[in-house]
This record gives sequence, C-alpha cells and structure tokens, in this order.
Amino acid sequence: MKQIGLMILALLLAVPAYASAPTTVEISNDAFHPAKLTIAAGQTVTFTNRDDDAHTVTSSDGVFDSKGIDTGQTWRYTFNKPGTYAYFCALHPFMKATIVVKAGQS
Amino acid sequence: MRRGDFLSHVAWTGAGIAYALGAQGLLSGRAVAAAAGGVEFVQISDSHIGFKQAANPDVAGTLQMAVDAINAMPSRPAFVVHTGDITHLSTAAQFDDARAILSQLKAPLIALPGEHDVLGNDVAGYMKAFRIPGSKPGGWSSWDANGVHYVAVLNVFNFEKMGILGSDQLDWLAKDLSGIPASTPVVVFTHVPLYALYPDWGWTTEDGSNALALLQRFDHVTVLNGHIHQIVTHEEGNIRFASADATAYPQPKPGAAPKPGPVTLPRSELLHAIGYRTVEIDGNGLRFEDRAFG
Repeated sequence: MKQIGLMILALLLAVPAYASAPTTVEISNDAFHPAKLTIAAGQTVTFTNRDDDAHTVTSSDGVFDSKGIDTGQTWRYTFNKPGTYAYFCALHPFMKATIVVKAGQS
Repeated sequence: MRRGDFLSHVAWTGAGIAYALGAQGLLSGRAVAAAAGGVEFVQISDSHIGFKQAANPDVAGTLQMAVDAINAMPSRPAFVVHTGDITHLSTAAQFDDARAILSQLKAPLIALPGEHDVLGNDVAGYMKAFRIPGSKPGGWSSWDANGVHYVAVLNVFNFEKMGILGSDQLDWLAKDLSGIPASTPVVVFTHVPLYALYPDWGWTTEDGSNALALLQRFDHVTVLNGHIHQIVTHEEGNIRFASADATAYPQPKPGAAPKPGPVTLPRSELLHAIGYRTVEIDGNGLRFEDRAFG
C-alpha cells in the first residue's frame, strides 16, 4: 500500500494541477459545471446530467456531439488534441461552456 | 396553475382578438362555422415520448388522452397538426411508440419536428416516421384547403443560433407565398416561436423576422407553434401568434423561474396545464380553444 501511495504521490508531483483535477462536468440547473474545465490531452471527461430535462454536449465546431443525454445518464469523450473546445446544449442553446486541453504529459 | 380557466376561450376574428368567456361564446362561434361551411382542425404539441421524470411519468398516457379526445369529437377534424417534440430523445423506439399512439387518429396527421426530434442535427428518424406527405426535401411544406393557405416551416436546426429557418427555406417561402392573394387567410405552423418571445431561454427564431416580413402583406395570418409548453398569444400587425400547451408537461412562464425546465405539479393540476387545441376558420376569421385534460 505504501508503495502505491508513493507512486500516486510521484504522479501527482510530475503533472500540473489540471491533469490531476477531476475530469467531470456536472449538468444541473440548465448549466455546465464548471463552465470552463482545463485538462491534459488524452484525458477523458465525463459529463453527467443531473436535471429532469435532457441535455446534449455539442461542440460549436462540430468536433463532438453527445446527442441526447437523459436524466441521470453520463457521456464520455476523450480529448486527444490540445486546443480550446467551445460547446453548448443543442436543446438549450443558452447553455455554453468550454474545455481547454493542454499538451499532454508523457 | 389553472390557465385553462382564463385563457381557454380565446376567439380571434378579423377585427382582432376577442375574448369569448364561457361556453356560450364557444357555442355561438361553432354555429357560425357550421353555417359558413368553416373548417376545423386540431393542434397538439410537445409530447416528449420517452420522458419519464416526475413532471409527467406517463407522457404516452397523456398523448393517448389527446388522441382519444380528438377521436371522440362530434365532427371529425380536417386534420391534426403536431407542432413538434414528438419524442424526447429522437430514438427509434421513441418514434415507434409515438407512431403507435398517433396512428390511432381518425384524421390525417401533419407532424413537424422539434429540436428533440432531430438531436445531432439528424433528421432521418423523424423523416422515416413522420415526414409530411408531399413535403420538400428539407421537410417543409405548404398546401391549400378550403380557401386557406397552410404553411409548415421547420426552425429547429443549428440550434446554437436558437431556432433558425435558413436561406433555403426562406427562399422557398418567398416563392411559395408570391402567388397568393393578400386576402387569402394564411396559417403557419412552426415548432419554435417565430418572434422573439423570450430569447434568454431560446424561445425565438434567429431569422424569424425574415419570414414575418414575407407574411406582412396578408390580411390575416396566424402562426401556431409549440416548444414553450404553455399558451402565449401575441400580435404584430396582421400576424397573430399562439403558442400551445404541451401534451407532456408545463414549463415556467418566461422569466418566472431561474431555468425553463419541466414544472412538476400534482397530477390533477398537471392535467389542467396540458391539453390540445381546436381551431376553426371561416369567413369571420380564425378562432381557437385550448382544452386542458382536467
């Protein structure tokens, strides 16, 4: 156990804070939380819909589209390419958010 | 929320909006329609087949209530129009379930898609299940019946820009209307409101004003839409707008809540807040009545 703990600590020290932050986006009250999430390339983001209504995670540039995410469901997408990805909900276009993907760690 | 009590009897005439309170006004309107050989049709909207949350755990059951009530009308309507959000998530199973209920209608069905029916900008599921007979490749359509020009336009694509008609559809609409005399009554069906009803919640059509400019020259234009799950009426010149109740669940009045999500009510109040709309057109104009389920 101690070895594993040290390995995790080493990993945490080796990568920037954003790479160890949770890569989850909560959808609640018709909004994406957080509205801006920074991750490392190669990380997977889990989007979870906590609303009674359905939502989508739809890229403004057509890069990705979850289609409908029903109440309580999740959708995952792996961001391999660094960049800034604006997205919105195709059912509620006032819901807008951004994923910033930094160059990945080896 | 007993909106049926104060807005269920609304009559429109060529002179403007007249509020005919009570059943007596409705009955007199019917007598005129029958005498003048008027036409009656029914509007239903926002059935959200597949929705299972507390606001209405049985949306199939409430759509079935609408179908049963329409089939029980004393005279068969000329047609039934569904103004969109037939399904909740555009899945094949949801389209199948919706068809199983709507195919029981004893009148022809004209069903427009809502944004819930074309998720991923994929219109194939809707087209397979509900494409309007004779519609253009984009899904929009027009037809003439009993001296009335009917238009069904689709404003549920590219939803990042709210509802949008697009230049192809607007070009078609300009040509479609060009040969119609200004005295011809025009009835337009859409899903999203064509005017800026409440843009903060996406209750608007970005290029709707272009369509309204084409409709302005007509003496009598009525735009009937869904999307907002509540009855809202509005006038701009000779153009009158009426958003309809859903068959599924109500949404808040514009700005009355932090977000436009489903409103959960006790079952008896839910049945007051959802329903269908009967519409009559004759030489005296167009009248409609919103009929709640409870």
